[in-house]
Amino acid sequence: MSFHPEHELHKRRFGRNLGLLAVLCGFVALVFVLTIVKVSEGGKMEAFDHSVRPSLTTPEAGQ
Amino acid sequence: MTDATNIYDHAGEPSFGDYVALLKPRVMSLVVFTALAGLIVAPVAVHPFIAFMSILCIAVGGGASGALNMWWDSDIDAVMKRTKGRPVPSGRVTRQEALAVGLALSGFAVVMLGLAANWVAAGLLAFTIFFYAVVYTIWLKRSTPQNIVIGGAAGAFPPMIGWAVATGGVSIESVLMFVLIFMWTPPHFWALALFMNDDYTKAGVPMLTVTHGRKATRVHILVYTLLLAPMALALAATSIGGPVYLATSLVLNALFILGAIRLWRRDEDQAGADKYAAEKKFFRFSLLYLFLHFVALMVQSWIAPFGLGGW
Repeated sequence: MSFHPEHELHKRRFGRNLGLLAVLCGFVALVFVLTIVKVSEGGKMEAFDHSVRPSLTTPEAGQ
Repeated sequence: MTDATNIYDHAGEPSFGDYVALLKPRVMSLVVFTALAGLIVAPVAVHPFIAFMSILCIAVGGGASGALNMWWDSDIDAVMKRTKGRPVPSGRVTRQEALAVGLALSGFAVVMLGLAANWVAAGLLAFTIFFYAVVYTIWLKRSTPQNIVIGGAAGAFPPMIGWAVATGGVSIESVLMFVLIFMWTPPHFWALALFMNDDYTKAGVPMLTVTHGRKATRVHILVYTLLLAPMALALAATSIGGPVYLATSLVLNALFILGAIRLWRRDEDQAGADKYAAEKKFFRFSLLYLFLHFVALMVQSWIAPFGLGGW
């Protein structure tokens, strides 16, 4: 015995998968646009990562 | 396992909408509105996309705490008329799924808000979810008639988070917006409890109406409404207040206090005779009260650049 392709169960499952697809695509789009906005706003590109980063140190007075 | 048992096992197959319903979209709309108000009235401009992303994260975080609430409260939701159609008590979504959705979305919302805006806002959102799910839902709701009072703090955080998104901190203005919702919650919910008492009695939730009776609840509504007024008016004296807000707040508080006095003077015979008409009216007005306070704050900030805002 096989499921009838038009079973209500399949429709509901398909709708759920479609919804999840939309959510995931939306999330990817949001992260992409957020990255563009963050980069174009000129936020810090570097952060502390346990190694010496001269670009992150503030120059001493008189230098 | 036969195909017949397969069909039976999946009879409660949830639709996408059931997962959306787990996030309590109606509560979410209030969260979105107050968070947006907090963000708009803040004195720091935010990039529109970062503002959109932040509000989305706050909404998802609020929704996640709703899912956690449905996970824990599925037993009492099943006996209350108002909540028995929810996805978990109706059997469309399992408790485990509600818990998984709640935890996953909480983590996502907090981390994304931290990355999009700042970690102060993200920390406040994390605390809000914890407060609603653990302090209110798991701990207080079933143990004290003051559940609504302390639990109301969870609903009061969104404007503070919105403010933190813009400013990266907490200030007197954001604290007063918190206090406005915090003090508003008890009279709002107790008015609801007055005409939905049977539900809470059936579920064994120690609402004030169940533990102390309706007369005491009417007194509590009046006291909280009187305490709320100076808090609401205090916002008018801050940097985000002004004549528009002051005038709006004066009128709304006068009407709210009058409504509370009317409820306080009524007894159960009168209320039963007109099917709790005054209580229902007070409940509906409480929604308008909060909405118009935040609208007035936003109007105040919009007219400020034209020299019409502030003091």
